[in-house]
Order: sequence, then structure tokens, then C-alpha cells
Amino acid sequence: MLSVNNIEVVYNHVVLVLKGLSLKVPEGSIVALLGSNGAGKSTTLKAISGFLPLEDGEITDGWIEFAGEDLAGLAPHQLVRKGLFQVMEGRRIFEDLTVEENLSCGAYTRRDRGEVKADMDKCFSYFPALKDRYKSLAGYLSGGEQQMLAISRALLARPKLMMLDEPSLGLAPLLVEEIFEIIGQINRQEGVTILLVEQNAQIALSVSSYGYIMENGRVVLDGPVERLLNDQDVQEFYLGLGQGGGRKSYREVKHYKRRKRWLS
Amino acid sequence: MWFFLELIANGIAVGGVYALIALGFVLIYKATSIINFATGEFMMIGAYFFYTFMVMLGLPAIPSFLLVMLGSAALGFAVERAILRHMLGQPTISIVMVTIGLSSILLGLAELIWTSDFKNFPPLFPRAPIIMGEVVIRSNFFWGFVIAMAAVVVFALLFKYAKVGVAMRATANDQMSAFSMGINVRTMFTVAWSMGAIAAALGGLIIGNIGGIQPTLGMVGLTIFPVVILGGLDSIAGAVVGGFIVGIVENLAGGYLHEYVPGDVKELAPFVVLVLILLIKPYGLFGKEEIERL
Repeated sequence: MLSVNNIEVVYNHVVLVLKGLSLKVPEGSIVALLGSNGAGKSTTLKAISGFLPLEDGEITDGWIEFAGEDLAGLAPHQLVRKGLFQVMEGRRIFEDLTVEENLSCGAYTRRDRGEVKADMDKCFSYFPALKDRYKSLAGYLSGGEQQMLAISRALLARPKLMMLDEPSLGLAPLLVEEIFEIIGQINRQEGVTILLVEQNAQIALSVSSYGYIMENGRVVLDGPVERLLNDQDVQEFYLGLGQGGGRKSYREVKHYKRRKRWLS
Repeated sequence: MWFFLELIANGIAVGGVYALIALGFVLIYKATSIINFATGEFMMIGAYFFYTFMVMLGLPAIPSFLLVMLGSAALGFAVERAILRHMLGQPTISIVMVTIGLSSILLGLAELIWTSDFKNFPPLFPRAPIIMGEVVIRSNFFWGFVIAMAAVVVFALLFKYAKVGVAMRATANDQMSAFSMGINVRTMFTVAWSMGAIAAALGGLIIGNIGGIQPTLGMVGLTIFPVVILGGLDSIAGAVVGGFIVGIVENLAGGYLHEYVPGDVKELAPFVVLVLILLIKPYGLFGKEEIERL
């Protein structure tokens, strides 16, 4: 459904952030894009959702295709109409608006008012907490509720592809699990394809079917989740497991001696 | 006592009109973070539009009124598209200079088109003053107030409930996030400028109806500054309350202090109150606490 082909992204005409990145998101799946800080995950999402020009970034090479269409030069609001919705990092809900108004902003591109109402009810069945706060200002919601609101807002746009940028950011582990549980449900029940950007590899791989691992603006490893989970490097560097499969002990200070194999 | 009440009543009437013009500032500032120093000229042009339609073309009052709204919306649209869109991302001071320049251009254009002669509208409302108990209000003030308040309420409702109003508030809150909702932020800027121009034009029309029109009518915009700053630049409620405060203070000062203080104490008083209030609440009565450097 989405294919990113060999893109290169430059910020401010100088800083090369993505160095020939490719990835594919098949229809109906959840694909995880993992990597540490500064690997270029968010930049990848921004390249897809058309936000780069707003931050002085530019795609200098390669192309992005969505549902068979080249996305070059489309502004973010046009991409939303094509069915591509990004839930931005840090939730970015409208604090001065009520929960209800936030949700209706999500449905901004839609004309079918009656169905929007039904979809709102659907969101409340996924996230009952929002229903009680319907009329209150979104700025007063807790972090978890705000993330729920951000995802609901995305659902109301009825996207074909939903891109989530670090939905686990700043949330308690229990809540993270709950939210990822629901992300999985949304994918299965609504048939929304999901591209998931995460630092928390463990939780991201638990819901997705395919994963890409990024470092320094490149994909260094990709494969079906089962394979990634069994990969020694992934286990050690992203899942925090030792070689024996158990928890890693930091007493063995020599852990740095082992190099990531994909680097050499 | 009746003198005091009358001053208050007239203050409220004028304050309502001030509130409407202040709304012209607020609508634009809220969505685009630009202080439009040409608001006074938008008022003046609006008043001249009305004069053109009603006196020069001989149309009846209500169609002229509607055409003024249409015309000033077009003016706001044109100004945003032609000038301010290209200023996106420039430093605030440059944008401020552009709007000040714009005010001079509009003033010059008005003198070219309509000459600088003093002009009057034909009487629009029944001449008889409105009498409430002992208080007497001139009919032009009274009806001006009614129209201004109606317009303020319409704008407020639009902002609160209409889809485009919600989208505009969302844009004001977080532009990037609004973009990601599929809201075309640039369109919202244009809409804000059009709505701001309409609010200013209606205010100009009412003031022109009270005191006649001249290209320098825009100077009233100066009186509106205390209103906007008093209420907080980004608050509709602030514009309304600020409008009433300035209107009332102005009238009371004019009524009571006139004998003791030489010069135009009526125009000075609101600024004194403004300074006092800003000492206590630096962001205005209802403003968001953010630092805006000019």
C-alpha cells in the first residue's frame, strides 16, 4: 500500500538525515519502524506525510508511493484526504479545545455527518475514558487520555494508513500495553493499515507483523517479526536480552566488546 | 444621578462598537499571530464602501450593508493573498511594518478614490432619541450598539460551533497539528483576514454613521488599541469587556474631568486605565500568558 523507495532527506540544504531509505507497508498489516534517538524515524514519517517542507527539509532523491500514486509535492492536508493520517509525536492535541471539538477536527475532511457520530461512539467503545471527559478541555486530560484522544482523532478521519509516531512516549508501562492492545484491535477490526514508529521495540514488535530497524538514516535490518525476535543482535541491542536469552546482567562489563554484526 | 447614568449608557453604547472593531484585531491575531495595524483603515474603507453603495449608487440600506460585508471580505482576502502570505515566517517586526505600510496605502487610495472631503450618510434610523427612564441615548448610538452586539454574537457563535470556527481555533492552537488533521492552514489564515476585515468594516460603518466619514476615520483605530490590549489580544470575551471598559471610562472622563483638565482628556483616559491594568495583568484581562516581543 505504501512504498518508500530509496529516499534521501536533507535538512537546511546541508544536513543529510536519511541516506537511501526504503520500506514497504502492505495493506492491512502493522509495520514497526524501530531505532534509537536520532536514527531518522520521525524524519521518515514526516517525509511520508508531507511535513518536511515546513521544517526546511527536502527529499532530494527517491520517491514515495501510496496506493499506486506518487506523493511528491503534496501538502499534508491533501494527503489526509488521500487517506494517510499521521498521529504526531507528543500527541499534539488541541489543548484549548474540548475533547468533542478535537474529535470533530479529526473528522474535518469528512462530509458524512451522521456517520461521524457513529464513529465517535466507536471511539468511545475503544477508549471509554474519553466519554466521561467529552465536554472538558483537552489540555486537562492526563497523558494517557491525550494519547487516546490523538488516536481517536485519527480514527475519525477514516484513514487507510495510520502512522503513529511514538505512541508510548511518556506513558506508564501499563498504559502503554493497553494502548498497544487497542492499536492491534483497531488494525484487526477497522482494517486500518498501521505504520508504527517506536523506541520501545519490545511492545512494538508484540503487535506488528514486520519490522524495520534504523540506524543513522538507514535501514540496517528488516524482516518478519518472528525472525527479528530471534535475531541475536536485536535481542541484545533492542530487547535487552543477554546471549543466553535471559536478562542481561550489567556486571559483565565487557558487553560492549560484541559488535553489531550489521555494522561490519 | 441621571448625568452619571447617561454617561454610563452612552459609554456602553460606544463600547459595543469598540468591541466589534477590537474583534477585527482579535480574529486576525488569534489565527495568524499578526497584529493588523491597518484595522483602522479597514474600518474607513468599509464606511466608504457603504457610502459608495448607498449614496453614489443609490441602493437601499440593507443590500448596501450586505455588499459592504462582501466587499470588505474581499479586501481582507486580497490583502492576505497578495501581501501577508508572502510574509509567512518573517520576523514579527517586518510583518508589523508591512501592516503599517498597508494602512498608509489604504489611506492614500481612499483619498484618491473618494477625495478627502467630509461626507455624511443619509439618516438610516428614526431621529427620535431612545429614552429609558431618565436616560436619553441618541438613536444613532443606540442602533449602532444593537448592530455591533448582534455582529459580535454572530462571530462568537461562529467561532464556537461552526466547523470552520473550530478549525480556526485549532489552527490558532497548534498549526502543525491542524495541518495533520487535513485542515488547510493557509485557507484558515485567509478566512481569518476576511472575517477580521468584516468586523472592522461594520464598526467603521457604525462610527461613520455617527460622526460622518473622512479618510482619517481610521484614526479611531488608535482608540481601539487600549481595548485590544486591555482584553488580551487573543480573547473574544476580552475584546467585548475591554470595549465596554474603554467606552465607559472615556465617557466618564469626558463628562466629569473635562472642566478641570485642559485638552482632550476623553481620549487620554483609556490609556491611563490601560497602563494601570497592564501593571497588574501584563497579558491583559483575558489574554494567554505568552511573551510577544514587538
